[in-house]
Amino acid sequence: MVKLKKLSEPTPETLGPLVMSEMTSERPTTSLAAPVVGTDRSSLSADEMRNLRQKVSAQGVDFFYGSNQALHNVSLDMPENLVTALIGPSGCGKSTFLRCLNRMNDMIDDTIVRGDILLDGVDIYKSRTDVVELRKRVGMVFQKSNPFPKSIYDNIAYGPRVAGVKQRGVLDEIVEKCLEQAALWDEVKDRLNDSALQLSGGQQQRLCIARALATFPDVLLMDEPASALDPKSTARIEDLIFELKNSYTIVIVTHNMQQAARVSDQTAFFYEGSLIEVGATTELFTRPTQQQTEEYITGRFG
Amino acid sequence: MVSIAQPQSAEPQSACSVRLVTSGARRKVFEKLMHGLLMFCAVVSVITTVGIVLVLLSQALPFFGEVSLVEFFMGTEWTPLFKPQHFGILPLICGTMMVAAGSAAIAIPFGLGTAIYLSEYAKPVVRDVVKPALEILAGIPSVVFGYVAVVFISPLIKDWFPSAAYFNAANACLVVGIMILPMIVSLSEEVLRSVPRSLREAAYALGATKLDVTCGVVVPAALSGIVASFLLAISRAIGETMAVTLAAGATAHLTLNFFDSIQTMTAYIVEVSSGDIPTGSVEHSTIFAVGLTLFVMTLLINILAQWILSRMREEYE
Repeated sequence: MVKLKKLSEPTPETLGPLVMSEMTSERPTTSLAAPVVGTDRSSLSADEMRNLRQKVSAQGVDFFYGSNQALHNVSLDMPENLVTALIGPSGCGKSTFLRCLNRMNDMIDDTIVRGDILLDGVDIYKSRTDVVELRKRVGMVFQKSNPFPKSIYDNIAYGPRVAGVKQRGVLDEIVEKCLEQAALWDEVKDRLNDSALQLSGGQQQRLCIARALATFPDVLLMDEPASALDPKSTARIEDLIFELKNSYTIVIVTHNMQQAARVSDQTAFFYEGSLIEVGATTELFTRPTQQQTEEYITGRFG
Repeated sequence: MVSIAQPQSAEPQSACSVRLVTSGARRKVFEKLMHGLLMFCAVVSVITTVGIVLVLLSQALPFFGEVSLVEFFMGTEWTPLFKPQHFGILPLICGTMMVAAGSAAIAIPFGLGTAIYLSEYAKPVVRDVVKPALEILAGIPSVVFGYVAVVFISPLIKDWFPSAAYFNAANACLVVGIMILPMIVSLSEEVLRSVPRSLREAAYALGATKLDVTCGVVVPAALSGIVASFLLAISRAIGETMAVTLAAGATAHLTLNFFDSIQTMTAYIVEVSSGDIPTGSVEHSTIFAVGLTLFVMTLLINILAQWILSRMREEYE
């Protein structure tokens, strides 16, 4: 436990001499061992959220695929330890925005990002940002579950291993903790060396969540994590998000408005690359201020 | 409608249904014809294969009536064409394996390195130049490689290692290595690139570097396909004839010295079949025994490669 605790609160040594160490100095004592129990956020109003610590903050973000502009001047604050849902019709830029937050779009050729994205107040697009460190702190779960064709154990241990953790005992502990957090431990504890591809779709997606937790991120990005799952597995993922938001700042893209309403504290509505409206989830779904938002959430388009 | 459902038994009730019946029947004949024609195409290659195997067996059997299997597989001297005759195939197998191993030792590291570079690191512009270049390399006839080995590489080896024979195994390994390189590159690159992008993204999202992703995720996911490409290339190296006939010499030596002159199984078959050995003699029937051995060796390697490749298909998705 002591070992794990040490790991879960990265010191500048474990993260390396990087710009990220500025961020970690402010890092709260959230950890796998001792999740912070939050207040009942469903009652937070937009004003109250504004006064919270903003974990991730996008300011005037434009995004281009070649000459095609996918995001127009998006500014969005994502408060710490809350769930922010990004909703909107297909192709509205919500996934693109999500992928800007851990610089996954860097991998696509011929893309340009303008504007600032701050993680704990530090611009992640600054040239001296270490992208590898950024991605350890901002985990991601993809739409389609994508376990490595390796054992269940090796899937979870991959992140810690590339970060340099080699001791078997430490890895064992991380694997167990992360699988427990992802509510998968009881189902797989007797077959950790089996291939991850033998798991069901819902289990695979929870494995991917567990894998993302294994690098001890502060922020968890989820790109329609339940869209390919049956209702039962979806419910489990949503329960999981509920559990995880005590310890992580979560940003989730979803097509399913009920899901956004159920799991999120704050909802942002995207349309044609622009952020149309953002507000507390309860307010946005009951009293939208923009007509497009209202039409979308009542199902008149999209 | 009835006539469509039961074209044979239905009594034509109108002109329309008559036409339906006749065109249906004609189509049926046509379909049958096409079916037969296409099956014939498929059967030709099967028959050819079976025929070759039968010829090999029937021609090799008389040979094994005169030379025991023990002598054939255990003997260490291969001198069927001059006295005293010895029929031990080991020197030929050894020569073949030396060329296969030596060329694999050259082609595998370079080929895999090139494949990884092309699939993971190279920009599209670079790929567009390198891949056609490799295809050209693959298209060069093997006799040209043999010629290059004899007039260019051999003198070079002689310069550096004066003790080397003019025709030697190292020489053959080098050219055959270059010949099978494009095969390894294109097959491996294909399996590397078919590793789903989602796996790469998953690894990058966990803070992996490009090298982590390549060595820890992409190559392991493609490993069975890569190994299969190695095996196919090796089986090509074993079957390679022209270049080794020219480059490696024509003396069957049981040796592991790469600077010695050797003879491979294929080169021996060329030597006998292009010479003036009378057909029907024991000397001549040796080529069928050698050919059968060669056939079994490459067949085993190809089966192994296919088996590995078919296992790969289950690995992701």
